[in-house]
Amino acid sequence: MDLSSLVTVFDSALRLSIPLLAACLAGLWSERSGVVDIGLEGKMLVAAFAAAAAAYAFGSAWIGLIAGIGASVVFGLIHGFASISQRGNQIVSGVAINMLAAGLTAIVGNAWYAQGGRTPPLEGVQRFGDALFGHSALVYIVLLAVPLTWFVLGRTRFGLRLRAVGENPAAVDTAGISVTGLRYTAVIIGGVLCGIGGTYLSVGQSAGFLPNMTAGKGFIALAALIFAKWRAWPALGACFLFGLLDAIAIRLQGISLPGIGEVPVQAIQALPYLMTVILLAGVIGKAIPPRAAGVPYVKER
Amino acid sequence: MSPAIELIAINKSFGTVHANKDVNLRVERGTIHGIVGENGAGKSTLMSILYGFYEADSGEVHVNGKTISIRSPNDAIHAGIGMVHQHFMLVEPLSVVDNVMLGAEGGAMLRAGEAKARAELARLARDYGLEIDVDATVGDLSVGLQQRVEILKALYRGADILILDEPTAVLTPAEADALFGLLRSLKEQGKTVILITHKLREIMAITDRVSVMRRGEMVATVETANTSPPELAELMVGRRVLLRVEKAEKAPGAPLLEIDTMSVVDSRGVVRVANASFTVHAGEIVGIAGVAGNGQSELLEAIAGMRHPALGSIRLEGRAIPLSERNPHRMRQLGLLHVPEDRLRMGLVPAFPAFESAILGFSDEPHLGRGPILDHDRLIADLAKKMEQYDVRPPAPRLKSSKFSGGNQQKIVLAREIERNPKVLLVGQPTRGVDIGAIEFIHRRLISLRDAGVAILLVSVELDEIMNLSDRILTMCGGRITGERKASETNEQDLGLLMAGVTDEAA
Repeated sequence: MDLSSLVTVFDSALRLSIPLLAACLAGLWSERSGVVDIGLEGKMLVAAFAAAAAAYAFGSAWIGLIAGIGASVVFGLIHGFASISQRGNQIVSGVAINMLAAGLTAIVGNAWYAQGGRTPPLEGVQRFGDALFGHSALVYIVLLAVPLTWFVLGRTRFGLRLRAVGENPAAVDTAGISVTGLRYTAVIIGGVLCGIGGTYLSVGQSAGFLPNMTAGKGFIALAALIFAKWRAWPALGACFLFGLLDAIAIRLQGISLPGIGEVPVQAIQALPYLMTVILLAGVIGKAIPPRAAGVPYVKER
Repeated sequence: MSPAIELIAINKSFGTVHANKDVNLRVERGTIHGIVGENGAGKSTLMSILYGFYEADSGEVHVNGKTISIRSPNDAIHAGIGMVHQHFMLVEPLSVVDNVMLGAEGGAMLRAGEAKARAELARLARDYGLEIDVDATVGDLSVGLQQRVEILKALYRGADILILDEPTAVLTPAEADALFGLLRSLKEQGKTVILITHKLREIMAITDRVSVMRRGEMVATVETANTSPPELAELMVGRRVLLRVEKAEKAPGAPLLEIDTMSVVDSRGVVRVANASFTVHAGEIVGIAGVAGNGQSELLEAIAGMRHPALGSIRLEGRAIPLSERNPHRMRQLGLLHVPEDRLRMGLVPAFPAFESAILGFSDEPHLGRGPILDHDRLIADLAKKMEQYDVRPPAPRLKSSKFSGGNQQKIVLAREIERNPKVLLVGQPTRGVDIGAIEFIHRRLISLRDAGVAILLVSVELDEIMNLSDRILTMCGGRITGERKASETNEQDLGLLMAGVTDEAA
């Protein structure tokens, strides 16, 4: 592989890792506050649909972004209401979010546009074009979210409280701080990030919405989150690694390797998933989640 | 001078449970005020109301002479009330300084507040001797130091009134002494301390006044100097209680349980018990004293056959028990019965009716039914009889196990094991979470078993209990047996040192 193709692979790795990174950071905020979020996939999907639909209707990518974020936050709040206010099971609620998103986007899309669930293709100002070095503004927004997350969590009052509430909400409660308020805030931040990630998929990376276009990215992001042990900078590394694997997989298609011959497309496509399993199974050592993650807070008698 | 705290006619109900009934309490400024009562007497509820965790249904709260309403912990903190909870309210992965700052950060950015917090912690260390490594991770600190962090949190927020809920439950005697020293110096600086405890010895040692609660009501407030432990116990229970069970001197019989160089390694590879060797004779109670988490639980479970592999040998009535027989079922058949430490996790199934919990581990005994089918009527009748003998209240065999109070649950477990005529009885924390009245009953029962020739191995973190019941006392620290004493020839200080790992050789 020469230098220019190396650059190409890295470039495409960055592109592919952006939606992962957005979802991963969303999961980070949510889970550091103690709310397990397996609905990342669903939130990205509704955001992708809402963004494409709004961008098409209003002829503006930025309005698409706002719509995407709005839709994702609404779904985040549904999850928040179920798991924070109603103290429901967070896994069940997350699964429901994913199923609702998959079904709703397909049905509404078909009803509105009658193109098998797709939105009409977006062009010109309906999409995020290249802003800098061949990447769109959304790429930089998501990359910027990494140091921002790191700083806010580590250096601010809000961050300290958020980290505390994910470990021991009773300690936060007795310190006179609202557990519910903190967790809702975290869920909303997660919704915003998923919204950006979903918008990037339909209005940045491609030109329109396709049914189920998230294709498991929300779940890979969850894996990356564990891989990164719920920390911002390692999340960037983990997501880029998964993006790189994806990019290599695309690059390897149709190429015959010495001694093996042409590798079947399916085997190459399975590579990122295989890597995920291997990484999670042992390489990274013990990843300890926030202690209160997944546990609704109930005041003890 | 107006009192630091005055509660007037406080009422609080949870559903049908009237947890606080017209409770009045007056705590003078600059005093240490004890609150005692059995479990469920309403002490914790009352303090939770004072700290804003719950709102009272009715009643008034006066702090320093002013009527205030405390709706949240925030209101309590503003009123100068600080609380050290029994289960620490700490965030373990965070540092000491982060824990202290949480909720009182002094600005949106941590940096500015942190400098102030460090300076303030240094001052508190100077003034009260509360030294601590402020950058240490709280989860790595000992329990005693974690408690210190809790106290620092309260003082950092400017608390004038400090509530401590069962503060010594998790401390070694030496740590408890240090805590009491601190409380005295707080008092000298004009702070008011409220101490919730069920240990009458502590009440007598440190408080100026003591209030007694019983079944949600405040039954008395007395000057500590004018009262005595028996009087307080009587006020708590509502009848006369023997705090110290009488037992006659008795020469031990043949060795029934012999443990030789037993070691236990847990699933993470940590050595929990190292080279323990001892013998328990017929008609003898051997107590194992130690701060919770020093290997006593693991030792007990290993002997009962619940932990594998346990190195070392076990001899029952002189016969070496091969590894293949070291499982709880076989050990029970051989006459070694076990009242486990954690009755809710190991002693009974909380969701089962009592009569099912009462045959756990023995359900294959032929007389309980026909073949594989259990005879429920018979089980119920059996338990009803036992409930009468053991004074279980309410005597309702069909009631869910979880609906009984701790003491009554413990009696059900005890009855189940004792009825099987043990030769050796392992008993873990027999009176944890058990009311004073039931403690007396359980203690008498254990003594009468001993008098009948049973070899009893008792593990308890309550030093009083160990000293009252045991004929011989072993101390454990860090998985090792650090000392052995005859109960008649030792005292708390002596045992405390051994429990802290100061062995005879070292001393």
